[in-house]
Amino acid sequence: MRPDEISAAIRAKFPQVKEEAGTNYIIVPKESILEVSEYIKNPPLSFDNLHCITGIDRKEKIEVIYTLYSIGEHYGVTIKINLTSEDLNIASVSAIWKSANWLEREVYDLFGVIFSGHPDLRRILNPYDWQGYPLRKDYSNPQLIAKPRL
Amino acid sequence: MVVIEKIPGAELIRKVPGGGFFLTTSESFLKWGKASSLWPMTFGLACCAIEMIATGAPRFDIDRFGAGVFRASPRQCDVMVVAGTICVKMNDCIRRLYAQMPEPKYVIALGNCAISGGIFYYDTYSVTKGTESLGIKVDVFIPGCPPRPENLLFGLMKLQEKIRREKDAAR
Repeated sequence: MRPDEISAAIRAKFPQVKEEAGTNYIIVPKESILEVSEYIKNPPLSFDNLHCITGIDRKEKIEVIYTLYSIGEHYGVTIKINLTSEDLNIASVSAIWKSANWLEREVYDLFGVIFSGHPDLRRILNPYDWQGYPLRKDYSNPQLIAKPRL
Repeated sequence: MVVIEKIPGAELIRKVPGGGFFLTTSESFLKWGKASSLWPMTFGLACCAIEMIATGAPRFDIDRFGAGVFRASPRQCDVMVVAGTICVKMNDCIRRLYAQMPEPKYVIALGNCAISGGIFYYDTYSVTKGTESLGIKVDVFIPGCPPRPENLLFGLMKLQEKIRREKDAAR
């Protein structure tokens, strides 16, 4: 299946799902992440491999990005979820894909997104007593040495 | 010439027929021994560790300088080669390893990251700015990103030179 066909198949099943303009990324409202995940994990789409969960801080919102791949069918899809800075709660998909456990911990560690329903949500890369979320745009700490502008 | 009868316990010494004596101070003998059998720790942090491994392998052969016995326990080591980027999460680990090494102990900072943080100096939240910022005194700094194995061998020779010039050998 081509990326536009995958996107069309998911949008036909869930009308609340949109496609990002100019790409085949799928924008899912955060309330429906669990049902969409459940649907695309199983046949006919069978995305059985969750490669990566990452985030982008766009200042007014934080995007959480899921990169999925189907090992049997050799195609992939990218899912985006927009979170407003006020409400960073999202349902955990670690019950659907086991690999989400550590990936969600990483996004929690670096962006402060709270994955509700996660079995063990604590920091994974930084020390457990770390303050703040380092990949946010507004992050700073006294040890940071700013690069001089040339 | 030393008259052998003047040495205490001379009856225990037998001169090899045709052999001679070699006189030195116990101080410099001890220093020579220390410098010629440095045991580094099996301890690498990042890509500089690969260069350290290459230095230990036959092509460069750190064993020629008596430093080829990489020990897997800090309690059997003389030299800690800090080879690579020190992440904040490794700070306590490195301090503990250094504290576990018996005296006399020496530290080589291998590569720019172990000297000052290197390319991770600016705008990085997770990297410690060098070995000395942990409160560990460094004997030899080897710059490079990463340094060649020859640089590590040169640094090792500098360390041996330093040990041989020490004021107090029983440090």
